[in-house]
Amino acid sequence: MATKILTEHINVPGIETFDVYRKQGGYTAVEKALKTMTPEAVVEEVKKAGVRGRGGAGFPMGMKWSFLAKPEGVPRYLVCNADESEPGTFKDHYLMKNIPHLLIEGMIISSFALGANKSFIYVRGELMYVIHILEKAIAEAKAKGFLGKNILGSGYDLELVVQPGGGAYICGEETALLESLEGKRGNPRNKPPFPAVKGLYQCPTVVNNVESIATTAWIVNNGGDAYAGIGIGRSTGTKLISASGHINKPGVYEIELGVPVEDFIYADEWCGGIRPGHKFKALVAGGSSVPILPANLALTLANGEKRLMSYESLSDGGFATGTMLGSGGFIVFDETSCIVRNTWNFSRFYHHESCGQCSPCREGTGWMEKVLHRIEHGHGHQHDIDLLVDVAKKIEGNTICPLGDAAAWPVASAIRHFRDEFMWHITNPQEATQPGAVYRGDLALV
Amino acid sequence: MTTESKPTIQFTPERLAKVQEIIARYPEGKQKSALLPLLHLLQEQEGWTSPEGMDYVASLLNIEPIEVYEVASFYTMYHLQPVGKHVIEYCRTGPCCLMGGEEVYAHLKQRLGIDTGQTTVDGQFTLKEVECLAACGMGPVFQIREKYYMHLTNERVDEIIDELSK
Repeated sequence: MATKILTEHINVPGIETFDVYRKQGGYTAVEKALKTMTPEAVVEEVKKAGVRGRGGAGFPMGMKWSFLAKPEGVPRYLVCNADESEPGTFKDHYLMKNIPHLLIEGMIISSFALGANKSFIYVRGELMYVIHILEKAIAEAKAKGFLGKNILGSGYDLELVVQPGGGAYICGEETALLESLEGKRGNPRNKPPFPAVKGLYQCPTVVNNVESIATTAWIVNNGGDAYAGIGIGRSTGTKLISASGHINKPGVYEIELGVPVEDFIYADEWCGGIRPGHKFKALVAGGSSVPILPANLALTLANGEKRLMSYESLSDGGFATGTMLGSGGFIVFDETSCIVRNTWNFSRFYHHESCGQCSPCREGTGWMEKVLHRIEHGHGHQHDIDLLVDVAKKIEGNTICPLGDAAAWPVASAIRHFRDEFMWHITNPQEATQPGAVYRGDLALV
Repeated sequence: MTTESKPTIQFTPERLAKVQEIIARYPEGKQKSALLPLLHLLQEQEGWTSPEGMDYVASLLNIEPIEVYEVASFYTMYHLQPVGKHVIEYCRTGPCCLMGGEEVYAHLKQRLGIDTGQTTVDGQFTLKEVECLAACGMGPVFQIREKYYMHLTNERVDEIIDELSK
């Protein structure tokens, strides 16, 4: 049986309440950390665990924590990024809705480790019902003495605040999130200074994803070495994968990192295979921003070995033949999917969500959407494909925040792997714009 | 907002208490952090985010009205125009489309007799397109206020509209 670090008890009836969560061993990690460990010792365990940022960037969480500046007399903040908005990703939604106390326990442990006495959970505003669930759970935890003044007699104080967003993908970028939390437009900040030095209210701040923070309870209970023993290589531990698209069993699955992509798609334990009567065409493995891969490259590395669900294996081959684990937003496309239409759809998303600060992103995302729209609607020109590649290149790396890259990669990768399909749309506009028309040319379907 | 003019909008006593509770969450002098929560509160009461409402929120937070306008217009959840009783926020992003989201949306528009951004003549429904709602495995999806409606089909859409029209 695969190890479940986050979801072992998620289906226990009543697990959203303090009492049931406690009965399942909840809050023992808070007791252990606050009564028997120093903050430094907690940081050390998280470092040893090697857990990497689960929001998408994959940056080692313990290292991020160790960058936090600690000037005398200045408050420090922990902010949980629950602005989950990357298309294809719905794992934090699932976790917070079903087992809110796991996040709260993780927030207490992490805040203690960082020396924060006021911490925030910034939840996308659309999830207002989840905000109510979290606020209820916080009130319960406070009533039981796990939040507030002098928690469990340890002398440590912590207040947790749940903050709603207002509807903006960009606020998932950590500095945009901090701006938003200060009551401003979600415009990302120039770095440096990094939030670890000047973050919320210009004070040292750590921003971590929901899933990352939720791992800390298990890590404190079982030790960082035990966590590092799960997974494969530098991809330690487990990962929540949000599976959607043309599979038999969409949903959120907790996997040990290192499972073959093929097993994840076809095994009954997970996606249960491609929907009946259809073939596997393409995969977006880590949320809409990561490069799309054709089925054969999704399953197999360039050297013929099986591709695994890990940071390293998914990125094997670079962007020529690989992709990224990202947020774990796993979108499966069968042969009925039109890659051009989907790329246009994603481009519209990034154009809509660009904050408008940086010209390459503000203008480039708009142009990519327009050019893709005309190709999809039968008005494309031969040179449009190279134009798209050119625009994508000019956005990438030229913006304050990674939204520019996130907008460029889906377009560049779709053309890299499905150029013939784009060309078919341009050279056969009448056929391609028929309702339900899909390219049926030379494709490596599985 | 000038001090002489009395605000035309006033929060209910319960909401005013909530405003104080929200402002107290943040450190001294950082009350502007309460702006997004207060705009949600305003829209919950008024149904939309009106200029008068934004001026009122500015006065509560002791900030300039422009600081409220620039924020309210940045985020997608604040309706800057009057809306119908039920605002349907329909996900138009990739994963929902893979599950037939576009076809169901066409049906919904036909059923209501309106296009994106419009309100039915009886004022019951406003239709908005939104981006990913983080429910991709349950698509197609739309949201009305806090409630998610998932696994949508033409039939399911008809049931929901019938139910809400009662």
